[in-house]
Amino acid sequence: MDLASILLGGLASGMVLFVVSVGLSVTMGLMGFVNLAHGGFAMLGGYAVALAMRHWGMPFFAALALAFAAVAALGVLLERTLYARLYRASELDQVLFTIGLALVMIAGVTLAVGPESQSIALPAWLRGQTDLGFLRYRSYSLALIAAGALLMLALWLGFERTRAGAQIRAAVDNRRMAESLGVDVRRLFTLVFALGSGLAAVGGGLGAEILGLDPQYPLRYLAYFLIVVAVGGLGRVSGVFAAALVIGVLDFVLKVEFPKGGAIFIYALAMIILLARPQGLAGKRA
Amino acid sequence: MSLHEAAREYATRHRVRAWEALPWLAGLAAFFLFPNYLAFGTQVLVTILFALSLDLVLGYAGIVTLGHAAFFGAGAYTAAMLAAHAGWNEPLSGLAAAALVAGAVGFASGWVVLRAQGLALLMLTLCTMALLEQAANMGAAWTGGFDGMPGLAFRPIAGLFEFDVLYFRSQYLYALAVLFAGFVAVRLLVYSPFGRSLTGIRENVLRMHALGAPVRARQVRVYAFSAALAGVAGAVFVQANGYVNLAVLGLERAAGVLIILILGGYGRLYGAFVGALVYMLLEHSLSKAYPTAWQLGLGLTLMLVALYARNGILGLAAALRSRWSGR
Repeated sequence: MDLASILLGGLASGMVLFVVSVGLSVTMGLMGFVNLAHGGFAMLGGYAVALAMRHWGMPFFAALALAFAAVAALGVLLERTLYARLYRASELDQVLFTIGLALVMIAGVTLAVGPESQSIALPAWLRGQTDLGFLRYRSYSLALIAAGALLMLALWLGFERTRAGAQIRAAVDNRRMAESLGVDVRRLFTLVFALGSGLAAVGGGLGAEILGLDPQYPLRYLAYFLIVVAVGGLGRVSGVFAAALVIGVLDFVLKVEFPKGGAIFIYALAMIILLARPQGLAGKRA
Repeated sequence: MSLHEAAREYATRHRVRAWEALPWLAGLAAFFLFPNYLAFGTQVLVTILFALSLDLVLGYAGIVTLGHAAFFGAGAYTAAMLAAHAGWNEPLSGLAAAALVAGAVGFASGWVVLRAQGLALLMLTLCTMALLEQAANMGAAWTGGFDGMPGLAFRPIAGLFEFDVLYFRSQYLYALAVLFAGFVAVRLLVYSPFGRSLTGIRENVLRMHALGAPVRARQVRVYAFSAALAGVAGAVFVQANGYVNLAVLGLERAAGVLIILILGGYGRLYGAFVGALVYMLLEHSLSKAYPTAWQLGLGLTLMLVALYARNGILGLAAALRSRWSGR
């Protein structure tokens, strides 16, 4: 493969990582909650897309919207009833609880749908290849890159230009100060949790083509999502964007060049970055 | 509890109680009562030792790690590679070598990663383990790669007891003896002044700094000791079973031992025993026949433990006992 197509492939998988991980970054940054079940929301979104298309004949994008709404609603429900009880608990309890939740999601999906992996049929105009002038490349990967870039732009505008975005940024930087200025951080958090789990669901649907979709999804990619978030910086949308692209591209390149042990470089890189900047690339020093 | 009673409890808590003989008597009794289940019993004993090593780090020093299997795996691969490539298949010295290597890995990685806290620390421990796993996968000439190394043979224990491939009799007693030695070491350590200062670091890092305690040096030291112990557990695993594969280093093992320890109750020495026994009995009887139901039940149990029973089974028992005696 030539350099351009490797780069494009890496960018496409980086965009998927970004869409799935960005919500995790903001929820962790806002509440300091270690949510290891985040990949589960992505998986549920993927399943919602696959099942809605297969059983109800929904078109791809309608199914994505449905997955967003359904998983966001589930996220709010879980956040209000269960997560909220653990905000003051130790990291260890949060780790334990969310591993448990991920296992329940895995088992639930296995029971309801079965252990086999699912495929999502893409709309006809996204199959095949597109001529970019200098090379022909898979249309879907190009669409993923465009969609990820658009999402980044939308999130950036939302965070930088709206009142809610300013409140979120303030609460990530200094929760107590934001609260004493009258920001209702709990309500803000529910909102962000809904948005984050919804986006993860969209990422699960969009990324099924690249990451696959089966009940083991939440734990298989857990380390990747966490690395993206930790490297990017908690609560930093632009940091997560950069980290997701760097890790997506590097992972893709290394797996092409060194198929046997390409992942080792990702872990080594993540360690070096975390040791040099424990707060992540874009995070502020605590 | 009055101040006087509390002082007396602190002054006497290190003493050996009569009931502490129970687990060891039960372990010996199981040898005679369940001769057909000694292979399973050996795995339980290895897991207890591994969970005990995690208890030192997590329960006593308060270091939350997602990558403790790194050290179990380091010990396991040390014993396996020495036997396969160097013809070093004397078991007791194999244990010592595994402890040395795993302890060195623990010291080096602890020295590097323990400067971080919170999410960064979780990720660093996870990445350390993933690095070792990938290295073991890549170095196939030495480690057997993805398939691991099957069919490893070890010389008789102390030159006397042949490894019993069929019934695991000598393996069981061997694992029980190693566990006993490991337990005595851990028990001595946690009630020593060093162990008390670890608890101090867990409870209030700032105050320990203010008292002039060398916080990081002590954390690194206990991390290395715990790693060595986990390495011994890994080496016993390899010697008893005669094989090693990548699963000894995986996230599944690391998460499993964390779950076992918390289920039993961390920071209480015997939590590892209760957790490993309960978890592995349930897993043994359920996971093969009803894998999905096992996963569902495990997930629900973890959520409930995190929400309502943060000190595990032993914590529940202690709460019940104090409620009874309080009436």
